[in-house]
Amino acid sequence: MTEAALNHNHSYFSGGVWGWFTTVDAKRIGVLYGVSALVFAVIAGAEAMLIRTQLIVPNNDFLAADTYNAMFTMHGVTMIFAFVMPINAAFFNFIVPLQIGARDVAFPRLNALSYWVFLAGGLIFHGGFLTWELPKVGWFAYANLTETQYSGHGTDFYVIGLLVLGLASLIGSINFISTILNMRAPGMTMMRLPLFTWTVLITNIMLLLALPVITIALVQLLFDRFFGTGIFNPTAGGSAILWQHLFWVFGHPEVYILILPPMGMVSEILATFSRKPLFGYSAMVFAVAAIGVLGFVVWAHHMFTVGMGPIAMAIFSASTMLIAIPTGVKIFNWISTMWGGALRMTTAMWFSVGFILMFTIGGLSGIMHSSPPIDWQQQDSYFVVAHFHYVLFGGSVFGILGGIYYWFPKVTGRMLSEKLGKIHFWLTVIGFNTTFFPQHFLGVDGMPRRIYTYPEGLNFELWNMVSTLGAYTTAVAGLLFFINIFVSLKSGEKAPADPWDGRTIEWAVTSPPPEYNFAKLPQVEARDDFWYKKYETKSFKPEKPGEVLLPNPSSYPFFTAVGIALSGAGFLWGPEFLGPVSPISLVGVVVVLVSAFGWSFQKFEG
Amino acid sequence: MSEQAEHHYTSLGVDNRKLGMWLLIASECMLFGTLIVSYLIFRTKSLVGPHPREVLSIPITTVSTFVLLMSSFSVVLALYSIQQDDHKAFRRWILVTVLGGLVFLGFQTYEFTEFVHGGLGLSTNVFGSTFFMLTGTHGAHVAVGVILLLSLFFASLRGKLREDGALKVDTIALYWHFVDVIWIVIFTVVYLFVFV
Repeated sequence: MTEAALNHNHSYFSGGVWGWFTTVDAKRIGVLYGVSALVFAVIAGAEAMLIRTQLIVPNNDFLAADTYNAMFTMHGVTMIFAFVMPINAAFFNFIVPLQIGARDVAFPRLNALSYWVFLAGGLIFHGGFLTWELPKVGWFAYANLTETQYSGHGTDFYVIGLLVLGLASLIGSINFISTILNMRAPGMTMMRLPLFTWTVLITNIMLLLALPVITIALVQLLFDRFFGTGIFNPTAGGSAILWQHLFWVFGHPEVYILILPPMGMVSEILATFSRKPLFGYSAMVFAVAAIGVLGFVVWAHHMFTVGMGPIAMAIFSASTMLIAIPTGVKIFNWISTMWGGALRMTTAMWFSVGFILMFTIGGLSGIMHSSPPIDWQQQDSYFVVAHFHYVLFGGSVFGILGGIYYWFPKVTGRMLSEKLGKIHFWLTVIGFNTTFFPQHFLGVDGMPRRIYTYPEGLNFELWNMVSTLGAYTTAVAGLLFFINIFVSLKSGEKAPADPWDGRTIEWAVTSPPPEYNFAKLPQVEARDDFWYKKYETKSFKPEKPGEVLLPNPSSYPFFTAVGIALSGAGFLWGPEFLGPVSPISLVGVVVVLVSAFGWSFQKFEG
Repeated sequence: MSEQAEHHYTSLGVDNRKLGMWLLIASECMLFGTLIVSYLIFRTKSLVGPHPREVLSIPITTVSTFVLLMSSFSVVLALYSIQQDDHKAFRRWILVTVLGGLVFLGFQTYEFTEFVHGGLGLSTNVFGSTFFMLTGTHGAHVAVGVILLLSLFFASLRGKLREDGALKVDTIALYWHFVDVIWIVIFTVVYLFVFV
């Protein structure tokens, strides 16, 4: 018992380097997720700069066509799977246990496993850089471009990398659904959950149900590429369209998986800085749940040009338009939250207001695509690129940046500079809109996506130049953001427990939180419990440090992830051994088995 | 750790591990759903033979199906025994369940070998590819189940199932039932649909 009992008052991040490899503390794992995600964001951002530089003038030869294809593939997959999803997971890990009044997650060791498997997947996906064999098939990797006769070894990095990344998210989803359903503090009923936690719950349910579909599709592709099956190959009796269906059955829920958590963050930020409860809380919860359900029945709107027939198109067109209803509910509720509030325009608040506006623009162009005849015009043009960057950058990334400015003090114990933050915000807004708004015009003028250059005289020159200059501005803004982080970590103002006059119970604990989160499990009495106790009952007292039994560290998750990484790597590197698979895989399987054996016999408290 | 099982408060009153298993099963439904849909699309689309009707044997598979379904019954008896604290009976019924799983896997190995000898390999045609992927994935699940059941057996031998044994058995039995239930769907779709 004593071994695991941790002494009080330690901040959660004290301890040596090995401690980070064996940690099962959700807060530390959250920090690991966040840092890794930001590194991948820098890589994917650099790829975006290369793409835009290639397109700055017509007939440019800055990048070869082949390299250009690799860059947009790497940029898309990395941004989605190695930046937005893991940085959302960083927030899940750090904020959700604090918001529901729990000391840890339901499965601390699986949580660590999920992080290490994610890291392995991200590294495997980038492994193609070692020999410059990169996937060049787009993030959707349409068949039969992915069959061996049309694409090289690079595609294997896509297949294996995504399989491993998917496994990480699947483990994470089981953990987070269990945590939110089962680890709530006494009194924290479902309808008292902070809205961010609600969005995390729905997101993870979507992950749980959508990931197996892409997993099977990827396994089928893997069999096509490695074992000679012809599932996506029409000349062998297979179907290239099946890939599109399976990919988008996953891929469309995936876009809500990317946007729902930032929506939750924005909901928290708007309420806090308006000093008002979130307007229409129950309507918001139902809107999030409705999006979660509808997200599964709209996938074929990505496939209107495939020729599915009028009935299928009518159904998917209608279901797509339905999504506008819960989304509209959310937008009106956010605006109503601000209405008549005592607004404090902090950087987090600016990003949230920016989120509403940018996301609405992206949502409106989205409704346009839901109509098949219009979609036929816009499919594969820059109009679509503009649309999804408005929802993913203007939406997800703005929300995430707001979330970082909002929770950074809680995570690190330091305030981010508001002065730099506001410059960062305005540069981002200007850069982002300059980059992507002109792409609407380019798309309507007929400029296709994924083509490495364009000829002169098609009226594409001006807006491409503007777009690229906008991209450089966004890059400068990003640089400013990282400077802000480094400067503030070193010499930022020390953060009090409750720097923003917050509403939810994560602000009741010190910044950074103690390792055990809560010395005594909180007794929740209301929605926005912390605010309620501060101002309504005036019963809030900061808790005294205590001694709490916590799960002890474990190295098995790390080694299990190493084994999984090796199992995957055997498909990519090394001599052929078992069919086309190298002995590295065999070593990996042994490592997994040994680690799993040790794992199940480890004495583990918590 | 003290001898008594430490009591954990949970919001739903369900143990985390059992809740986690239910969630895994939800996910597995989508996994098998995708495999089954792929099979249904392709079972009649092969460009070359053998076709389903030429190779699939309903009588043989009916026997293995019956054995697998009975193992769901024996795992319930195992759970009942450990709830009654009768560890000897528990181990007996667990072994019966393991045996059922192994018999099923034996039948599947026999079936796969016969098919390969009869000219139906993984990459022969799209029926073969999707058939082997679907039933192979299910077989892998049965194999994992057998390992889990065996680990329960050895844990019981070493006296490790005294504290929260019934819960562990319950959780793994849940998985075992799922593997059986999904086989009923696969048996129907793959074997009985031969005549459709």
